[in-house]
Formats: sequence, C-alpha cells, structure tokens
Amino acid sequence: MGAASIVTLAPAGAVAGRAPGAAMGTVASRAANRKTSLHRQRQWALWGSYAALAVFVVMFLMPPFYTLMTSLKSSAEISSETGSPWLVHHPTLENFWYLITYPNFQTYYLNSVMITILTVSISMVISVLAAFSLSRMGFWGSNVLSTGVFLTYLVPPSLLFIPLFQIVGAIGLINSVWCLVLLYPTLAVPFCTWIMIGYFSSIPKELDEAALIDGANYMQILMKIFIPVAMPGIIAATIFAFTVAWGAFLYPLAYLYTSNQMVLTVGIISDLIRGDVFQWGKIMAACLLASLPPIVIYAFLMDYYVAGLTAGATKG
Amino acid sequence: MADGTSVPVGVIASAPREMTRTGSMKHLARRKSSVAFLLCLPLIVLICGFVIYPAFYALFLSMLNKKMTAFVGLGNFAFLLKRHTFQLVIFQSCLFAITSVVLKALLGFVIAHLMHNIPGKNQRIWRGLLLVPWVIPLALSTLTWWWMFDPSYSAFNWILNQFGFANVPWLGVGWIARACTITVNVWFGTPFFMIMYLAALKSVPEQLYEAASIDGAGARQKLLFVTLPMMRNIIAITVLFSLIVTFADFDIVRILTAGGPQDETQVFATYAFQVGIQSGDIPLGAADSLFMFPILAFAAFFVLRGVTQRTKDIAA
Repeated sequence: MGAASIVTLAPAGAVAGRAPGAAMGTVASRAANRKTSLHRQRQWALWGSYAALAVFVVMFLMPPFYTLMTSLKSSAEISSETGSPWLVHHPTLENFWYLITYPNFQTYYLNSVMITILTVSISMVISVLAAFSLSRMGFWGSNVLSTGVFLTYLVPPSLLFIPLFQIVGAIGLINSVWCLVLLYPTLAVPFCTWIMIGYFSSIPKELDEAALIDGANYMQILMKIFIPVAMPGIIAATIFAFTVAWGAFLYPLAYLYTSNQMVLTVGIISDLIRGDVFQWGKIMAACLLASLPPIVIYAFLMDYYVAGLTAGATKG
Repeated sequence: MADGTSVPVGVIASAPREMTRTGSMKHLARRKSSVAFLLCLPLIVLICGFVIYPAFYALFLSMLNKKMTAFVGLGNFAFLLKRHTFQLVIFQSCLFAITSVVLKALLGFVIAHLMHNIPGKNQRIWRGLLLVPWVIPLALSTLTWWWMFDPSYSAFNWILNQFGFANVPWLGVGWIARACTITVNVWFGTPFFMIMYLAALKSVPEQLYEAASIDGAGARQKLLFVTLPMMRNIIAITVLFSLIVTFADFDIVRILTAGGPQDETQVFATYAFQVGIQSGDIPLGAADSLFMFPILAFAAFFVLRGVTQRTKDIAA
C-alpha cells in the first residue's frame, strides 16, 4: 500500500517537469492539489495498514486470550457449558491458587528454572569461548568447524532422540532431569556460537591488536574487550538458549517419566490430564504461569533478540 | 594478528634481532593455535559426543532387529516402506511441512509489508503483539489450541453454533485434523517470517524505489523487480530454515492429535516416538527418524549454499 501511494508521486513530478512553458500559477495550484490528494491517499494507506494489522493481531492473540479467560474460570463454570466460552462470567483465582500450593507444580517449576539456568550458563560459556577462538584465533581445521557448527544447528531434536535415548540410558540418566542439562546444550550451542561468531567478527581487529601490544593476553582480550563490546549478541544468544531450554518438549517427554523429575512442559500434560479428565481451568492457568518468564524476558529484551536473529541468518 | 603486529616492529628491528623475532613469532603462533583449539574443545566434545556419535549410532541401531540381538541390514527400512501407516507418514509430513511453510511465507510477507508501512515508532508495539505466538513455548500454546478444538464445548464450535452451524469434529476426522495441525503451525511460525522479512525490507535502499518510480514503475512492478530480488536471499534462507524445523516438528502433532485419527496426522517425529519409545522398538524408530535425513540434508545444502552466496555478494 505504501508503494501504491508513492506511485502517485511520479505523474506529479512529470507534470511539474513539463511545466516551464505553462503558466506558473496553475501548475503550482495543480501541484498543491496533487499534494493534498497524495497526502490523503497516504493517510488511507496508513489506516488501511493499521486495520489489516489489527485483524491479524486479533487472530494471533485469540489463543492466548482464550487461555487467560479459561484460567479464570472455576471447574463448575467450565463443566456447566452455558454461555459464551470466550468470556468469563464468575472470575476466580482458584486455579492459580491451587497450582501455586500444589507440590508437584512447584517441583516442575523449580526443575525448569534449574535446568534452564544451568543450560544457559553452560551453553554461553561453551559458545563464547568457541566463537572467540573461531572468529579471531583460528587453528588447523577451524573453518571446517565453523561450517560444522552451522550444520549442527540444522539438526532438529527429533532426528536423534532415539539413539540419545539409548545413550542416556547407558550413562544411567534416564528419568533424571540431569540428562536435560547434558542434552539441551546440543540444541542451544550451535546457534549461540553462530550468533557470537557474527558479533565477534564485526569487532575491528585494531581493538585487539592494540590490547595485544599493551601486553594483554587472550583471556583478557576476551573478558575486557570482546564480551563488553558484543553484549547485544550475548544477550541475543542467552535468550535463544533460554527459549530452547524452557520450551523443549520432546526430550523431557521421551526421557522423564516420574513427576519428581519432570519439567513444566511435560509435567502440566501428564499431571493435569488424568485419563479422560481434563482440568482445563488448571491446565490453562498452568500454561499461563509457565509462559510468564519467556513473555517477561521478551517484553524487555525483544529488540536484542530480533537483531541477533536477523543478523545470525544474514551473516555468512 | 601476529602478522599485523610484526610489521611495525620488523621495520624498526635490525636484521639479527629479526631472526629471533620470527622464531618467537612462530612459537607464539603455535601456542596461539593450541590455545584456540583448547577454547573450542568443549564445543568439539559436545558436537562429537551428542550429535555425530548418535548419528552413526542411529545408523547402527536401525540395522538391528527389535530385540537388538541380530543384524538385519536394511530390513527395517524395507519393512517401513511397505507399511501403509508409514506411507501415510511420508505423505503427511510433506503435506504438513510444505503447506505450512508456504502459508507462513505468504502471511509473513503480507504482515511484514503492512508493518513496513506504518511509522517506525509505532512498529515496536505492533511487532511485539504479533510476536506473542512465537514467544509462548509451543507445547503450551498447543494445549490451548487443543482446548479450543475440543468437540463438546469448544470455542470454535460455540461460534459455529451461534451462526446456526452444526458442531465440527475438529480433531476427529482425517482432513480436518490435518488442517488443524497446519493452522497451529502457521499461527506459531508466521511471526518468525514476519520479523525476518521486516529486517530484509528495511535493508532495501529507498533510492532503488525512487529510481523505479522515475522509470515509471507501478506498485506491482516495484514489488516484482525491486523488493523481491532484494529479499530473495533472505526469503530463501528463511524458507529453508523453516522447512527443516517444520518437517521435523513433534510438539504440535503429538499434543493435538497424537497422530490420530487412525494415524492420519502422524508425521516422522511422532511416528518415531510412538514406535521407538512407546512400543519399545528402538531400531524401527531409529530407522523411521533416519528417513528425515536425506530431506533435511537436501534443505541444509541449499541453506548453506545460499548463505555462502550471500556472503560473497556482500563481499563483492
């Protein structure tokens, strides 16, 4: 639509270009007329864009809205099946209260938090060290390794979960949250390293040369120059690792089966759905509580993540 | 770096001192590359231990019989290909991936354009709202969709009833269930396309559009001959990335339908889970997920080629 409004500029310019022979006054007024109609057209295009975006926002936010509405309903209200399911008639916080005081849910939450913190720390240490080495120092075969890292990012978790099931079993970590600490970094590290290589490569070489001349060693260069300068990249990579660790579903579903070892994504499903009994109010409240950390983090740091993501995909 | 620092020093230094200097430079270089290798070691261990080794292990596993006592060669692959359920799996995986990616790419393109039309300072909030589906962990938002598709008192059926239509068995009939899984995937993945395209749109120089206008290009021509060629690389990379992720998707189908009704929504990942983990036939499950490999490798090859091509374009 924006393109459409710019097009009108062309004939307006053409008229002005042919103007010299004609009387200046009429041309000026015609140009002014064009300008207001152009302005109006732009305004319409703008409002049209807003309206279309609003439609999309409504469509995209429908499920989260429904989650919120259901989480505020009591079991009785859900099972009575009267009135619009899209609205809550007698809002109550009993689902949230139930979950907060429910020991299993507390365990899932704690497990998720612990696993995520460990995964993020391990992944960031591994990928920052590797990215520094690959982007600045280099060694025999480091180019192959960079390509390999990128290819590893393209390996989806569902490709290798069966051999990993055997491996996790062999090291005795089946049905233990610790297996996730071991496996999640394989999902997070490749992309984090990739992002960090991009950010590190964009730091001017003169900066670390100056530090080398001043007698700094590589660790000091990394800690005092690279990490502070590439902070946006580090934030983006951290958010990526967080997203992976918090939302992963296949590995915990395949490797964990007792409730004291479960994390949020699988715990909610296995605990609140018993046979044919769906406690939808509680399930939705649990979804909301479990989605809260990512939503809060994205609300504050979205710009970094988007920048890192688009840079990661476009940089070579 | 070593060369960079040696140049100014070498100019000042006298000849004999130069000799020892190159000696220590070599020593430094050797030490540097071993430090570089050490920094990459955690990454190498991780990739070898949890990606490369499991990949070969999967190949080995897939050639064993169910009890894992005898070697059956390619028997599992042949068995799968003859099985009607697996033929459904191949068809559905391709249908799911291709339809979802095409829809995501188109919707993402439209939304990115709308977003590009509105003034920059308002974009942030709209983008934030549209990113919500992508921020919520997929396993949790799929639960909400499941609840919305619920046959008895569901959000969608209630709306249909208000307009006088009968209930639709959303997840109970093959083609409707397939459409539902695709819908959820499109809902989840479109924001990713939107931000990638938005970044690409912003990187198209405004002068190109001005030049096109002067040459008398219409809106459609600008889209075809300026915007699309400039975005070609990013579109290709995003589509291929998304194709890999969508093709290997597990969460949506597992939660929404668990492959049902009568395996009519089963995809590679969910089928591998059902056969390998739930029924305990590890070799067959491994063989099933290995079928994804050629398709993923094909996509990965083109992603990588696209990325290197793009890097060359930027360098040129």
